[in-house]
Amino acid sequence: MQNRTDKIKEIAKRLLDDDKVDLVLGHRKGTISLKNTPAFAYNKDEVEELLWDGNCRSNLATFLPRLKDKRVAVVAQGCVSRNIVGLIIEKQIPRENLYIIGVPCIGMLDPNILREKAPGEILETKEDETKIILKGSGFETSFEREEALRDNCKLCLHRNPTLFDELVVDEVKEQDVSGRYDDIIALENKKPEERTTYFDELLSSCIRCYACRDACPLCYCPVCFVDESNPQWCGKSTDPRDVLNYHILRAFHCAGRCTECGACEDACPMDIKIRMLTGKIEKDIQENYDGYEAGMSLDAEPPLATFKPDDPQQFIK
Amino acid sequence: MKNLLEYVGLEPGRIHFSWISSAEGEKFARVAKEVYERVNSLGPVKRLVKERVEVA
Repeated sequence: MQNRTDKIKEIAKRLLDDDKVDLVLGHRKGTISLKNTPAFAYNKDEVEELLWDGNCRSNLATFLPRLKDKRVAVVAQGCVSRNIVGLIIEKQIPRENLYIIGVPCIGMLDPNILREKAPGEILETKEDETKIILKGSGFETSFEREEALRDNCKLCLHRNPTLFDELVVDEVKEQDVSGRYDDIIALENKKPEERTTYFDELLSSCIRCYACRDACPLCYCPVCFVDESNPQWCGKSTDPRDVLNYHILRAFHCAGRCTECGACEDACPMDIKIRMLTGKIEKDIQENYDGYEAGMSLDAEPPLATFKPDDPQQFIK
Repeated sequence: MKNLLEYVGLEPGRIHFSWISSAEGEKFARVAKEVYERVNSLGPVKRLVKERVEVA
């Protein structure tokens, strides 16, 4: 992890010194433990704060559409680079203003698992490629990194960036993932009534704070459908129907674009598993459009943005 | 969309999509009849319905 941090700083310094970019977008330590915060480094002092560890869960591609008039260097692992590719394809950001510092990723950590493993408040985390050490007042525990990975990182198929200008370390080996959609298939096989109950429970804690939307790199619409009041597409209350309506619609807007980066789940203050919806759509897109995966190449045609005469249409009578 | 709505628990057969040209009167009648029969057999919708708030 330290080697990645050092290399990111080195590249960031060089780019700013040579006036190649206006700012470097990365992560720095947050005000609470186990949560890093996005960093906008315009000068050397701010570059010193940049870091890379297992708590860089927010998706930096989210900020790029708002910075499109600047020359930005952005730190990107597999999923973020795929989102950047998506944003370029959707013409939200110009490729020429971007310098992508690619980070081969070994997965981000789930803070809830870390908290469960620690007997008290975690004050310091140390990690390397395989081990995690948690320190707090009066305790120190260590365990395998794999045990604390987030669900979406455990199931990740693309740890290496798909688009980059420079890599900070050599590419890592991609995971051999089996059963990527197991939990979704299990839910699909349940009865409709059971699925209704499942989603009612899943979303019952939602407070409609829209943190999932704000953290998502796909949600760049200037006015979101939930904020429109004329016409009002979606009820604004926390009535279970309104909540479900919001989540279904947001998930559907991400169809064929979501990269399972997990930023929505990380941002959620109520720990809702939003990926049970986005994952289903990803699975459907793969099944219906020859295994299409978002953000793999700049030449790819997003399946829902292009028409082909042989598009699947079994659902039309 | 149909897949997703059924995934979140809407009964299969509640939602139908069709594409009918203005010249296809016969198809329109057939599809409308099919939809009516299918939805009628399911009965009134219970899921995804917002209850009206009782105001005293």
